[in-house]
Amino acid sequence: MGKASKNRHVLPGFGLSMGYMLAYLSFIVLIPLSVLFVKTASLGWRQFWETVTDERVLASYRLTFSASFAAACVNAVFGTLIAWVLVRYRFPGKRILDGLVDLPFALPTAVAGISLTALYSSSGWIGQYLERMGIKAAFTPLGIMIALTFIGLPFVVRTIQPVLQEVDEQYEEAAATLGAGRWKTFARVIFPPLLPALFTGFSLAFARALGEYGSVVFISGNMPMKTEITPLIIITKLEQFDYAGAAAIASVVLAASFLLLFLINFIQWRSSRKHAAG
Amino acid sequence: MSYAGTERPKASMKRFVRHNDESPWVRWTLTGVALVFLGLFLVVPLLAVFAEAFKKGWETYMASISEPDTLAAVKLTLLTAAIAVPLNLVFGIAAAWCIAKFHFKGKNLLMTLIDLPFAVSPVISGLIFVLMFGAHGILGPLLGSLGIRIIFAVPGIILVTVFVTFPFIARELIPVMQAQGTEEEQAAVTLGANGWQTLFRITLPNVKWGLLYGVILCNARAMGEFGAVSVVSGHIRGMTNTIPLHVEILYNEYNFAAAFAVASLLAFLALVTLVLKCALEWKSDRSRRQERMR
Amino acid sequence: MSVEVRNVSKAYGSFQAVQDVSLEISTGELAALLGPSGSGKTTLLRLIAGLEKTDRGNIFFKGEDATNQSARERKVGFVFQHYALFRHMNIFNNVAFGLQVRPRKNRPSKKEIRERVFELLKLVQLEGFAERKPSQLSGGQRQRVALARALAIEPEVLLLDEPFGALDAKVRQELRRWLRDLHDRLNITTVFVTHDQEEALEMADRIVVMNEGKVEQTGTPEQVYHAPANPFVCSFLGRANLFRARVPGDQAADSMEIGYIRPHEIQVSMHRYDRTSVPSVINHIYTVGPTVRLEMTRMDTGEPFEAEMGRERFQELGVRAGETVFADLGDLKLFGTKPGGNPGMNYRPVRQMQSVGADVQPANR
Repeated sequence: MGKASKNRHVLPGFGLSMGYMLAYLSFIVLIPLSVLFVKTASLGWRQFWETVTDERVLASYRLTFSASFAAACVNAVFGTLIAWVLVRYRFPGKRILDGLVDLPFALPTAVAGISLTALYSSSGWIGQYLERMGIKAAFTPLGIMIALTFIGLPFVVRTIQPVLQEVDEQYEEAAATLGAGRWKTFARVIFPPLLPALFTGFSLAFARALGEYGSVVFISGNMPMKTEITPLIIITKLEQFDYAGAAAIASVVLAASFLLLFLINFIQWRSSRKHAAG
Repeated sequence: MSYAGTERPKASMKRFVRHNDESPWVRWTLTGVALVFLGLFLVVPLLAVFAEAFKKGWETYMASISEPDTLAAVKLTLLTAAIAVPLNLVFGIAAAWCIAKFHFKGKNLLMTLIDLPFAVSPVISGLIFVLMFGAHGILGPLLGSLGIRIIFAVPGIILVTVFVTFPFIARELIPVMQAQGTEEEQAAVTLGANGWQTLFRITLPNVKWGLLYGVILCNARAMGEFGAVSVVSGHIRGMTNTIPLHVEILYNEYNFAAAFAVASLLAFLALVTLVLKCALEWKSDRSRRQERMR
Repeated sequence: MSVEVRNVSKAYGSFQAVQDVSLEISTGELAALLGPSGSGKTTLLRLIAGLEKTDRGNIFFKGEDATNQSARERKVGFVFQHYALFRHMNIFNNVAFGLQVRPRKNRPSKKEIRERVFELLKLVQLEGFAERKPSQLSGGQRQRVALARALAIEPEVLLLDEPFGALDAKVRQELRRWLRDLHDRLNITTVFVTHDQEEALEMADRIVVMNEGKVEQTGTPEQVYHAPANPFVCSFLGRANLFRARVPGDQAADSMEIGYIRPHEIQVSMHRYDRTSVPSVINHIYTVGPTVRLEMTRMDTGEPFEAEMGRERFQELGVRAGETVFADLGDLKLFGTKPGGNPGMNYRPVRQMQSVGADVQPANR
């Protein structure tokens, strides 16, 4: 009769690495985040509600939400298309373009912000053509949407690309031998497995757009009630030393982001379970 | 993908898929649309940065770059990256080692926690540190009495940058280490190696490309972070301005040429990052293909 | 160094991989852990190595309790199924690794390490390969490097996890012989895991047959093959035919018995050989190298079975598919099943049978 041994793990270093990781996470992530909610709580329910449902703030929610959603939709459509073209077709300069897709990740948001503003303002390269057509881009919600599209571009492309690459040609060939046309094959054989990835990419682009600041703050013009994004309101409150107010609005935004993150996790978990079982 | 919030999944073209059954005109139309879209949204803005930077000529460009406030901003940016990246590197290795090589409950929760900064808007990231360390914050009075200034000073900038960029290296390393399995580490242990020897001689060399890539990405973000740093910085010219903040200041003063000139530095950094990324992916693909030869 | 496993158990979640296993391996022995997938043999090997922790039970090396020692402290040489060579190091550094990571006071000098590594490479016949990387070697070569690497630390016990599983049949045969030679020369206590009974029978001094986490039988190859302790061992080691038989019991009840006989133990002839001969129809004839295998069906019970014989004997017989012959089942072994279901473990060779037919009746009851 023997007793069970005390160390559970065969490889060394579990305690140390876990301990360090938890300490780091607590100090850098958990504690600061909890401070946010503590500060919000200090407001008391009524004031909290008034702050987060103020006219101006509500307008900013509407703007941020709708612009992010629209941008994510655009990215969903074009991102899929771009992923398709990059995976399936050959053309000169493809490698460069493929690398360039990551540009919104690598380029600092402020740089993107001023560049897009310059481009779409009335005298900008693109802006002047739009002006002639009667479309104003800079300092309007449209401009915000354009900036958010830039930011979210890589998400959809990069989530769909690996899935598309893994699509087995055999399925397409089978569909072809059974008489399906190209569009039918795409719609019913190739596209369905892309859906989870598309949804993930869409959600990521959406979540990122919700919180985006640097690339939007220049092109938006920041007119209250019209083109003011929520992050800017938070900054304004901070500058006025209304810490609690800033915290209140921030917690609403944060809750929405967490919800989205949770949703993404959940969908991924569900789809991986489905595939594992199938 | 093993968990959500993958801000930048790994694929680049690895294998060219050969079955083109669409009619050529469909193909060309789709390609054309893709090219126009990419050109419009990626290439043109990038070119615009450089075009605007050099609009007023080479001398103006050089003058903007070498202006003392700009140089101070560059120095601060480099300092921030030089501290944030190594700190996050150690974290990344610890987290990846723990998550990839051991079995325990709550792994998914842990990975979600690591992904958290991606879900948090940069402005909010800055806010929470102001709430903690600012003069009116929780620890504010305590720090004030000790004479330590974090918010509106350099330490705050570094702290916030660490927060915003710490997931990068971990998220690069975790899937790579998971894919490698634990057999080589087990072999090392049976041969008498201790934990550090196993880590440095066996595990890290096997993930060197992923590691390098994570570092490069982390660095690019650390140098380019704007929203979060903007909140905690105080915008004191020459002292608490990083390059992105300096760009904002110049822009708000309508000094466009200078703003774009300084911005072009960051754009250049972005291009270098992308090139390095491609090079690293190519190298890691190559070494993986070599290993697969049986 | 002797290895003793005492009452060891290990479970993964609700799956009991190893159940109360005890066995002893003497110094210098070459032992095989043999069993089907999931029998717990690899788990047992890893428990011995310290790569898994026991839930219960103890492991002794040379009489000393090593149960709480880590894999690092046990100083066993372990060769993994897929070699686990360090892919970014060349062969030299792979083999030298165990020596290079020793604490400074125990570490041999660079020169000594070099000598030892080349000595080992010579032993495994891979002298010129020091500079190469694992990806440049074939499976069999990698296996030998893995062995050299494990031997470098001068282990007192060598453990191999399905060492030849991933290799071609021909390479496997060569390496088997080679490993046996190596063992005879170095005389290290060696334990290897395999699911290939031929491999175990050919190489081992002692075979431990495992199934579902338990030890079914330990013994020499002779013993486990010719004197299997129960139906599982009998059918796992070599081919066996299965017959049901009702045997009249001493007391009231008859018991259902399962009889086993190996194909080559069945005498096939044109005429009734003995009381134990059964008329059977030949369904198929296969020639497998020097042996001929006959797939047959008993005419009385309809049970299918196989008989095996040398080519000369077959040619003597001169039969074809579809013909009827007599198959003598005299060497049938019985393992009892008591009424009520539990398979017993009694081994009784049946020599004479009183009558032939659906019920095989042993004479000496």
